[in-house]
Amino acid sequence: MFENLTDKFEKAFKVLKGQGQISEINIAETLKEVRRALLDADVNFNTAKEFTKTVKEKALGRDVLNAVSPGQLMVKICHEELIELMGGDETEVNYQGNPGIILMSGLQGSGKTTFSGKLANFLKSKKGKNPLLVACDVYRPAAIDQLHVLGDQIGVEVYSNKEEKNPVNIANAAIQHAKSNGNNVVIIDTAGRLAIDEQMMSEISDVKNAINPSETLFVVDAMTGQDAVNTAKAFNERINFDGVILTKLDGDTRGGAAISIKAVVDKPIKFVGTGEKMDALDVFYPKRMADRILGMGDVVSLVERAQEQYDEKEARRLQKKIKKNQFDFNDFLSQLQQVKKMGNVKDLMGMIPGMGKAMKNVEIEDDAFKHIEAIIYSMSPEEREHPEIINQSRKKRIAKGSGQSLTEVNKLLKQFGDTKKMMKMMSNKKNMANMMKQMKGGMPGM
Amino acid sequence: MPFGRELFFFYIMALFGLFGKDKKKKLDQGLEKTKESFLSKLTRTVVGKSKVDDEVLDDLEEVLITSDVGVKTTLKIIERIEERVGREKYVSTSELQNVLRSEIASLLEENNTSDVEYDIPKHPDNNPHVIMVVGVNGVGKTTTIGKLAHQFKGMGKQVVLGAADTFRAAAVDQLIIWSERVGVPIVQQGMEADPASVAFETLEVAKAKGADVAIIDTAGRLHNKVNLMNELTKIKRVMQKVVPGAPHEILLVLDGSTGQNAFEQAKQFSLATEINALAITKLDGTAKGGVVIGISDQMKIPVKYIGVGEQMNDLQSFNRRAFVDSLFGE
Ligand SMILES: Nc1nc2c(ncn2[C@@H]2O[C@H](COP(=O)(O)OP(=O)(O)OP(=O)(O)O)[C@@H](O)[C@H]2O)c(=O)[nH]1
Ligand SMILES: Nc1nc2c(ncn2[C@@H]2O[C@H](COP(=O)(O)OP(=O)(O)OP(=O)(O)O)[C@@H](O)[C@H]2O)c(=O)[nH]1
Ligand SMILES: [Mg+2]
Ligand SMILES: [Mg+2]
Repeated sequence: MFENLTDKFEKAFKVLKGQGQISEINIAETLKEVRRALLDADVNFNTAKEFTKTVKEKALGRDVLNAVSPGQLMVKICHEELIELMGGDETEVNYQGNPGIILMSGLQGSGKTTFSGKLANFLKSKKGKNPLLVACDVYRPAAIDQLHVLGDQIGVEVYSNKEEKNPVNIANAAIQHAKSNGNNVVIIDTAGRLAIDEQMMSEISDVKNAINPSETLFVVDAMTGQDAVNTAKAFNERINFDGVILTKLDGDTRGGAAISIKAVVDKPIKFVGTGEKMDALDVFYPKRMADRILGMGDVVSLVERAQEQYDEKEARRLQKKIKKNQFDFNDFLSQLQQVKKMGNVKDLMGMIPGMGKAMKNVEIEDDAFKHIEAIIYSMSPEEREHPEIINQSRKKRIAKGSGQSLTEVNKLLKQFGDTKKMMKMMSNKKNMANMMKQMKGGMPGM
Repeated sequence: MPFGRELFFFYIMALFGLFGKDKKKKLDQGLEKTKESFLSKLTRTVVGKSKVDDEVLDDLEEVLITSDVGVKTTLKIIERIEERVGREKYVSTSELQNVLRSEIASLLEENNTSDVEYDIPKHPDNNPHVIMVVGVNGVGKTTTIGKLAHQFKGMGKQVVLGAADTFRAAAVDQLIIWSERVGVPIVQQGMEADPASVAFETLEVAKAKGADVAIIDTAGRLHNKVNLMNELTKIKRVMQKVVPGAPHEILLVLDGSTGQNAFEQAKQFSLATEINALAITKLDGTAKGGVVIGISDQMKIPVKYIGVGEQMNDLQSFNRRAFVDSLFGE
């Protein structure tokens, strides 16, 4: 966790107290921790080495008197440096052309087929395109069926030819098909291959040369370890890909491979995969990735996902209500609906720092809200607006109506009261910062 | 009700749009990367030296880390070597290789005492030996099952496969193709069927046939998804209605190119079910799979198989020595 890192930095900096600047001597221990943290996050050995060097240069001579604490300063420097390393000009996947052609590549099981489906879905629903998926994996059992199933799910046509064993021919034929059928983007799924498999590497390089794609993507599993650089480098040398797709980020891997790949081949990460479903993709945010690698949790991405669902006006209305301490069960209900749209609660929770662990043994069913909704729906409109009027007999009635126990009703009311207070407190920006800190430190009673 | 406060935090953060936009900058980073075998590197480092020194230990650190052994285990190994060098006063670099290998192998040793061919145990009432295969997405579960079935069949055993991954697109078709390739029966209820029900039927069929072994494929699941992890418990429970004590073996498949997250996978899957064997796949690639050394050391789960390709025959029994050797050489 982020705290650990900061703590470690603090400890390493103990000697520093009384000294005004970060110096060669007092930074040594800290840099070791930095390197270690990076290696633990699967950042490549050499990349980590280079990185600590840069951090050292940036940190040396920095005034620590003004900083909150030297440990925090170091985290900040690392964080900034990581963002810089992973950032770059944001470039979209290039799907221009007549048709635009996107070629997938990567190791076995990295998520190429799934991502092909996701990208088709994205281009169709968000960019108004008419994509064609092409099944060029002629090896893996049921690879073609897999793509067809995904195509059916998202309503995108899939081109395949089970008789044809040459991916170059399939790809060419598919492009012809696209031209005569008005598909303006062609997405070509290929078989997984090892970078050292000469025959398979020539195969994909042949496909690329034959179809001249507008975009070639390298799909890599975010859980990949030290080998990520070798593979990325080898693929890049053979097919000079344009961008990287980082999959399975919905797991709890730190994802250090992202930095290593960027450092070695200097190609942008264009999308990340965040689940198995067809809408589980996201653009890449260097800051979130830096947070993640340093173990700061994926709060930001959580928040942004939340924001996507949020209605600005509604949010402002609620803020006002919170400030006036008028947040009621109706507001809560409408919030619940929003959250439900965002996906699995448990997954969302897992993204909040400190909460992932705390929630590990807590069971949250997908319909975790059902009981709560049942209770609230059993309240009268007046009770929802003024929960304070809910006395014992009302509670009993609500419990009965919702089929929940009295204890559950009490619990909900108490939690509602508590959080309302907390929310009011947090509506003040300064308090918010404190709360965040506290939250990172682990919540009481969790 | 298992939530309340937590959820509110989440609302709040969303409400206040706490976080600013990303700052994007460009940075040229020229890092040279040449992969060199440890041996050649070691040889270079030790030319003209007769003793293990810091530089050699640094190189050792590099080779271990770049094999995904992980910082903690690497430090442990290095400590052991330093200790040994201190104790024996003089360790020449030519001896170092052997020292190293034996130290690393000893970490694997306690859990992999017998690197012997694996035989299928017999169970009372002529019940089949039940193997449930689990792991995160795309590691090679289904393929490993195909390979295992092939191996068992070669041993003259009767095998039944159960297609309990009813979620991933065409997962059932994939296992059907494997069952045809190998020539073993499969039990399937199509996509979206209840995995527990498929597992149940598989054991019934296996039992009725008097089969020696039943292997259950499961959907890939990330270990941080609690609902999916709980599903494994349910599958297990249902199987026990047919065969008491099933599954006898829960095989966790790890991708050899996975980094330190493999630890978390092993930990979380162990918490959710009783993992009692590991298979490490894709070791035919350039990844070294060193993470299993640490896992072996800390989790005490034996590595049983390694996957070295996509074909039926590409499954080997795990051999400690050979594995350690592979870390060091090309
Ligand atoms: N949780 C999660 N699973 C994913 C993600 N992307 C892909 N998967 C899963 O990972 C597994 C492998 O995905 P595929 O799309 O089949 O991978 P592939 O690269 O096409 O595999 P090969 O064709 O065999 O090389 C499947 O179980 C997918 O559902 C993701 O972003 N998150
Ligand atoms: N090179 C190599 N590829 C492998 C090995 N084992 C599996 N694969 C490939 O890895 C990819 C994924 O394998 P699957 O067996 O579908 O993996 P899975 O764990 O069942 O995947 P999900 O069910 O989607 O979670 C396929 O392309 C396999 O051919 C191996 O040992 N070496
Ligand atoms: Mg595929
Ligand atoms: Mg599978």
